[in-house]
Amino acid sequence: MDIGTFRGITTLLIMIAFLGVVFWAYSKRRKKDFDEASRLPFADENDEAISRDRSGTQEKTPSRHDEGDKNS
Amino acid sequence: MSTTFEHPTYNYKVVRQFAIMTVVWGIIGMGLGVFIAAQLVWPELNFGLPWTSFGRLRPLHTNAVIFAFGGSALIATSYYVVQRTCQTRLISDGLAAFTFWGWQAVIVLAVITLPMGYTTSKEYAELEWPIDILITLVWVAYAIVFLGTIKQRKTSHIYVANWFYAAFILTVAVLHIVNSAEVPVGFMKSYSAYAGAIDAMAQWWYGHNAVGFLLTAGFLGMMYYFVPKQAERPIYSYRLSIVHFWALITTYMWAGAHHLHYTALPDWAQSLGMIMSIILLAPSWGGMINGMMTLSGAWHKLRTDPTLRFLVVALSFYGMSTFEGPMMAVKTVNALSHYTDWTIGHVHSGALGWVAMITIGSMYHLIPRLFGGQAMYSEKLIAVHFWLATIGTVLYITAMWVNGIMQGLMWRAVNADGTLMYTFVEALEASHPGYVVRWLGGCFFVAGMLLMAFNVYMTVKRSEREQAPVAQTA
Repeated sequence: MDIGTFRGITTLLIMIAFLGVVFWAYSKRRKKDFDEASRLPFADENDEAISRDRSGTQEKTPSRHDEGDKNS
Repeated sequence: MSTTFEHPTYNYKVVRQFAIMTVVWGIIGMGLGVFIAAQLVWPELNFGLPWTSFGRLRPLHTNAVIFAFGGSALIATSYYVVQRTCQTRLISDGLAAFTFWGWQAVIVLAVITLPMGYTTSKEYAELEWPIDILITLVWVAYAIVFLGTIKQRKTSHIYVANWFYAAFILTVAVLHIVNSAEVPVGFMKSYSAYAGAIDAMAQWWYGHNAVGFLLTAGFLGMMYYFVPKQAERPIYSYRLSIVHFWALITTYMWAGAHHLHYTALPDWAQSLGMIMSIILLAPSWGGMINGMMTLSGAWHKLRTDPTLRFLVVALSFYGMSTFEGPMMAVKTVNALSHYTDWTIGHVHSGALGWVAMITIGSMYHLIPRLFGGQAMYSEKLIAVHFWLATIGTVLYITAMWVNGIMQGLMWRAVNADGTLMYTFVEALEASHPGYVVRWLGGCFFVAGMLLMAFNVYMTVKRSEREQAPVAQTA
């Protein structure tokens, strides 16, 4: 294999890997998991003394996903 | 410190220690920066002593701000974030305490050995071999504490901030071990295991990834936790954060060669470094946009919340310097910018604008919570600090842009007969006003840090007062 072919194949493999990550991240099946994960910073707020806006922690609240993230 | 702040589940003690030292080392490291900036304006400040000369104090400044200030901030926030998002205590209190005292020992040794002239002469890796071994031990302990805590998490997901922290910890371990491979020839003297152009490439593979993983990936971990927390809404797109993560860590690894344009490094390696640096713009801006858009619908909070302002302006500077970086990595641009003050300006738009500001914002969120409160002693002082930091950064980087481009143009200017139009000293003299402005910008920034120290001190004092009667009745 000459070096040009090798480079071509490498480029192709990296492109496939990148598209793989993109398709995996944006697949519909993962949406629920990722929404859950994105709320992790707010999951343990009950130990912060004052009552604060807990909108981020509930399942069915108008999170920003409803307005902004149209990718789904 | 009073034990009344102890959290029932989490180990906040080590986080508090690192958080306080972040402020302390920030002031020392940046103060040193202001001092050496003053030396460039008034050379008499060298005092004619070897220990206070620019060549010895400059590496002390970089080590203090990167590893003492930045390192303490990263370890503090990573311990805090990993516990709270995994809902579990650090895997070992003893090992965590070892990372704190070990890391402080490394820094103190740097403070002693660098002014004495002990150096490997590798930029950002100047510390000699006995200290390198201590760094390795502390870092392995840090990796065990962090990754072990993730392993025993109570949540099913590993939050994205922890991915960035983990990548930073693992990569820095590899970078440090490979680049610090050296042959000791005596106590505090060693030679690099590599030679010639390979040594240079190993050094800048290390150097650029120290920027890419310590100063970028680590602080992005901070961003992915503290921006959503302070804005009180989840990250704009969790999916984008995943693509951001993988794209950023795979690309950064290859960009280091742009530090060696037009050197003995093979041309193909230079071109590879340039191309990879340009590609880096995409994941960098993906991350910046993800952070910024988290505020969509909450922009009004910027009016009232100076802590959030720190975090958002940090992201703006991150976006700006990650545009500037790829541009400077283009060989034709680099031909003008390399070896000039433009490089120093670029570094500081990242270091002051991004790293320091995201750290300061995160600390203003973190510190009151570590001491059982909800807010800092004075919000007004945070607002004043914000303006001091912003003005300082802008003064610094504009002065260095002007100086850098002027130096680049003066150095390359030739007469009709091919001789140089300017001597080096002429370019240096023309740089003098820029050095004054840079020093002034540094003064602004350090003044802000001193306000922060006062604010932190009062916050700790206040909580101690509030906690004391509770402790007596309990």
